[in-house]
Amino acid sequence: MREIRYLEAMREGLFEEMRRDPSVIVLGEDVRHSVRGLTKGIVGEFGPARIYDTPISEAAFTGLATGAALAGMRPVVEYQINALLFVAFDQLVDQAQKLRYMMGGQGTIPVTYVITASGARRALAGQHSDHLYPLLLHMGMKTVMPTTPEDAKGLFKAAIREDDPVMVLSPAALLATKGPVPDGDYVTPLGRARVAREGTDLTIVAVGPLVPEALVAAETLAAEGISAEVIDPRSLLPLDAETLLESARKTGHVVLFDDSNRTCGFAAELAALFADRAWEALRAPVRRITRADVPVPFSTPLESYVLPSRERLLDACRACRAAVQA
Amino acid sequence: MGELTRDQLVGFYRTMRTIRRFEQRVVELVNRNDIPGAAHEYVGEEAVATGVCHALRPDDVITSTHRGHGHILAKSGDPRRMMAELMGKSSGYNRGRGGSMHIADLRLGIFGANGIVGAGAPIACGAAMAAKLKGRDGVAAAFFGDGATNQGVLLEALNLAAIWKLPVVFVCENNGYAISASIREMSPLHHLADRASAFGMPGDTVDGMDVLAVNETASRAVARARAGDGPSFVECLTYRFVGHFTAEKALGIKYRSDEEIEEWRQRDPLVTYPAWLRERGICDPARVDAEVEAVLEEAVAFARQSPLPAAEEALDGMYATTYPGLPARGW
Repeated sequence: MREIRYLEAMREGLFEEMRRDPSVIVLGEDVRHSVRGLTKGIVGEFGPARIYDTPISEAAFTGLATGAALAGMRPVVEYQINALLFVAFDQLVDQAQKLRYMMGGQGTIPVTYVITASGARRALAGQHSDHLYPLLLHMGMKTVMPTTPEDAKGLFKAAIREDDPVMVLSPAALLATKGPVPDGDYVTPLGRARVAREGTDLTIVAVGPLVPEALVAAETLAAEGISAEVIDPRSLLPLDAETLLESARKTGHVVLFDDSNRTCGFAAELAALFADRAWEALRAPVRRITRADVPVPFSTPLESYVLPSRERLLDACRACRAAVQA
Repeated sequence: MGELTRDQLVGFYRTMRTIRRFEQRVVELVNRNDIPGAAHEYVGEEAVATGVCHALRPDDVITSTHRGHGHILAKSGDPRRMMAELMGKSSGYNRGRGGSMHIADLRLGIFGANGIVGAGAPIACGAAMAAKLKGRDGVAAAFFGDGATNQGVLLEALNLAAIWKLPVVFVCENNGYAISASIREMSPLHHLADRASAFGMPGDTVDGMDVLAVNETASRAVARARAGDGPSFVECLTYRFVGHFTAEKALGIKYRSDEEIEEWRQRDPLVTYPAWLRERGICDPARVDAEVEAVLEEAVAFARQSPLPAAEEALDGMYATTYPGLPARGW
């Protein structure tokens, strides 16, 4: 299979969907010149009527996408960083996400939001490094975070075809990674987790940019005689709970490796899921490695201290396995 | 006004009378707890929704506000399904999920009343953009109050509509007060329509108690939008004769003088306009009144007879495409 970069796979997916469906339009800041690279060459192929550089008005262009979607378009809205969602939050979760329900099921709102450099990119400090997917999940917004080029294309295409609002988070740390991508048209369905590595002793559920880190950690653990299974949920809502639970029932040990803040974070929700539905199989307490509950600081040692690290994951995995001996 | 037909002139009155009597029925029903919660009455402002919506086509779109009953009735909303929604019934427009502040009928181009001030404006812009991209000459009208002119998203929406020449009419219902806050204290502008010039679009201020004046100005703005010449801003000077919402009396607050309220009541469009129709011999308003009573009587009866939704319906309809475990339940 050919190997291409994550960002290129996403771009392919977007262009394919735009060729397939003339109602797909793109809105966002700097999308014509494509600061992030996702939309490079898009005006040349699709012309100016399907691609809109917006003013710095996140709330309004988010709301505009909602109205256009209710009127039959299928907008893709790009935000450059997570923090812009704060600016647009009413239009995102109080309007786009709620309207179909509040209107008694009238209409559909097929908007895809994409953050093409999601999470921490290093040395950009507290307003450019957030990873706030727990807020979206809390409000019921479908949210995916692909971690391989194949899934980046497949989940992005699936999101564009979905008749509900979907947030696509593409971790900044993974945009340049290369991997196999099938030729031709395919989608990766929402709601299915990926077993990134099989194992028998311990389950690591790793999220987004932490998946490659977890796979490296699993190698280290293997050398120590611990066989770790690494699960990449990739679709955070809908969540493939069954695949996660099945792994926990097999290994009896779960460590969560999550890129969101600790309090009410995604890992907290997963810990509750395992407690509710895999309690009888657990042989040690579920452990969580998350971000610390402070804004991501600028200076490198401070930043590294706050973000989830492979070293802490390894310590948690070892402790989790040791707990069974006691 | 020569171009308006007799039917149109009578239609204006029928719509205004329907709104007034609908709201009065709503208050009775709220007071009897047949309608749960509270409602924001449109009493006094009827000429605005009527003048604007009668300038629109059935395929045009509106976005409305928390004080939305008038807009929805004027855009041909069904009083039966509105009343049922207010009572939380299954047969309501939103199947009981929205209530007073959220009534929508997408087939009639009613893209929802909205509980957040100013929030409908960008949604109207999106509907207008969709019409334009599909090569249709549809128009969207965004209703909002004086209070919304200080809301960021509204100002952003004005700019988006202006730079992309979207077929939008921004209708500012200036009733003088954002709940208790006078617009005179909240804006330095004498005319809120002056906001429009900052976005390079025409802005007019019109007597919002005069349905003919509102209709004339709105028709001009709609024609401009439909011709592809871009958005307009229409400020309608109006007044609510009653409190911000049905529960206001219980709050014991007073922010408007009795004299001010009385002055505006002298200009009640439900008094002046039918008098004008009668003087001109255009119609006998009493006959329209009787028709309206019958329609509302039926609407209330329909709503009363409709069943309440089954409790577990609360989990339906959140997503167009569902998956196992969605939506999550709290038990």
